[in-house]
Amino acid sequence: MTTVAVKPATMAQALTRALRDAMAADPAVHVMGEDVGTLGGVFRVTDGLAKEFGEDRCTDTPLAEAGILGTAVGMAMYGLRPVVEMQFDAFAYPAFEQLISHVSRMRNRTRGRMPLPITIRVPYGGGIGGVEHHSDSSEAYYMATPGLHVVTPATVSDAYGLLRAAIASDDPVVFLEPKRLYWSKDSWNPEDPAPVEPIGRAVVRRPGRSATLITYGPSVPVCMEAAEAARAEGWDLEVVDLRSLVPFDDETVVASVRRTGRAVVVHESGSFGGPGGEIAARVTERCFHHLEAPVLRVAGFDVPYPPPMLERHHLPGVDRILDAVGRLQWEAES
Amino acid sequence: MTVMEQRGAYRPTPPPAWQPRTDPAPLLPDAEPYRVLGTEAAAKADPELLRTLYGQLVRGRRYNAQATALTKQGRLAVYPSTTGQEACEIAAALVLEERDWLFPSYRDTLAVVARGVDPVEALTLLRGDWHTGYDPYEHRVAPLSTPLATQLPHAVGLAHAARLKGDDVVALAMVGDGGTSEGDFHEALNFAAVWQAPVVFLVQNNGFAISVPLAKQTAAPSLAHKAVGYGMPGRLVDGNDAAAVHEVLSDAVRHARAGGGPTLVEAITYRVDAHTNADDATRYRGDAEVEAWREHDPIQLLERELTARGLLDEAGKQAARDAAEAMAADLREHMNQDPVLDPMDLFAHIYAEPTTQLRDQREQLRAELEAEAEAEPEEGTHR
Repeated sequence: MTTVAVKPATMAQALTRALRDAMAADPAVHVMGEDVGTLGGVFRVTDGLAKEFGEDRCTDTPLAEAGILGTAVGMAMYGLRPVVEMQFDAFAYPAFEQLISHVSRMRNRTRGRMPLPITIRVPYGGGIGGVEHHSDSSEAYYMATPGLHVVTPATVSDAYGLLRAAIASDDPVVFLEPKRLYWSKDSWNPEDPAPVEPIGRAVVRRPGRSATLITYGPSVPVCMEAAEAARAEGWDLEVVDLRSLVPFDDETVVASVRRTGRAVVVHESGSFGGPGGEIAARVTERCFHHLEAPVLRVAGFDVPYPPPMLERHHLPGVDRILDAVGRLQWEAES
Repeated sequence: MTVMEQRGAYRPTPPPAWQPRTDPAPLLPDAEPYRVLGTEAAAKADPELLRTLYGQLVRGRRYNAQATALTKQGRLAVYPSTTGQEACEIAAALVLEERDWLFPSYRDTLAVVARGVDPVEALTLLRGDWHTGYDPYEHRVAPLSTPLATQLPHAVGLAHAARLKGDDVVALAMVGDGGTSEGDFHEALNFAAVWQAPVVFLVQNNGFAISVPLAKQTAAPSLAHKAVGYGMPGRLVDGNDAAAVHEVLSDAVRHARAGGGPTLVEAITYRVDAHTNADDATRYRGDAEVEAWREHDPIQLLERELTARGLLDEAGKQAARDAAEAMAADLREHMNQDPVLDPMDLFAHIYAEPTTQLRDQREQLRAELEAEAEAEPEEGTHR
């Protein structure tokens, strides 16, 4: 096995590379959205694609999200594989009718005759000091819509692999990109990217014996940090990175919680009606006799996303996670 | 000497970024709806086309009547009729080539059937045994769209994709007057014009969005005028004049195919029946209005023209009626058969591969069905 010099790359660079490789591999792949052409996207994820593949393959569209996704539906009907960029989480809302009434159910309503292989890239979540409407965690809306896959990477390598898998999928995929991880770096070799696995597998990011932190996307590095900090308290925490919210990998999650006997779900999205409720219910249904304590949730508060100068009080941080871990009824063990 | 000249060097200039834009005049619709039947233009109309249109209109009227009757017999859950609008429905289907695509709204099953889709499959949505009963790729007909105007951006995207691939394909998208108030109508027309996509938008202005008249829907000079704002031509046509609708739509399709971009066509017509069988139109309109439109009936307009030109006699009318009756009898017979339902189909085609939770739920339903089947013989003893 030859050793290749591996330079640190950012998640944004890995995403760009995934788009580029997908476009080179398949002429049906078309990138479209607001400012994705000449500018390369506001986060520069589509940088260079219009130049390399032409503006017919990487298209600056009019500024209208329903129109972007609606025309992508027609393009997919004709055999293309559109990759749509929604500029920010909250800017995707005008496209919800197309997403819910057509994209998610076209395969079903046509008895499988008209699948729509569309990837919808949505930068999401907070932590970058964005002003109002630039920091929402909208995953619960997507998860509640049958027919959509919902995935979100937490590492540079996964960003590449998951995006390639999303574009290769014959189902519509909502691809949630954690904004604050765009500039996170990782040793990743773009010349030898990890094999692209199908969507739907969680991964144990850090093995541990005391309790499982179940998390995804922007909260994964926070949980890793919390797990390190927890060692001082004598807790050896396992961190499960879901990677895919739909389909949900019960197997990996359940195996972990059965091992540790305790679980905390961590996400930025609000707690009430958020993904954590579903995850906690699934874990409880499958692990009841293995659990030493109720499954807890550490989430954003159930408030509209706060202004940037207050967001640190809203986002789940290490202290809030450790506080929850501390409430996992350890006294029963002694 | 003007004040400005007295002040010396200052000369007003336009803002730097401003450029003279497209002249809107050629895009404007005519002052009156374009008509053919009963006018001098009729002499140029192809007799064979007029006869074809007539046969199809008579058949379409009978189809509407039969489908409405099927709702009363419980064979259809609901039927939004196009009685009085047959000229638009038929012309929309006839102007397209086989390789073209039709994007219908939920009211347009007649256009779908006229395009060649099996009537039972076209009515599947309204019978309620599935959503889209036909294979969209077989006749290149998109699924009937219930959310208003949402199918219009699909038409634009498909036409755009076809053009990118170098295919000679036109998409014709149908929408009603109410649908023009939706955001997707605006976005579709804007995208189509910016991309110069080969699309024809047919707005059937039938007077009502369920109960709400056009005056409460828009303050535009006409719906066709909306085209100008997007930079595409708007055409106004008498929607009950089958020859005129056919000609205007054919021109628009030809224009699109030749790379001229999209056209918005507003066809002035009237929804003679209520919104659906579940609606009561007497709550929002008077009989006199309906009667006036019955005098401007698409079949009668065409019949008068054909008769005056000696292209249609009693035997011809009877032949059209007989063909329509045969179609209706066939439709009745097929719709009177109970659809074959498999509850397990609930879980078919959600994803390419079912998720684990869907597999679990599918097994739950299977168990429920088995329990039901076991319980049935017991119930039978009470009969």
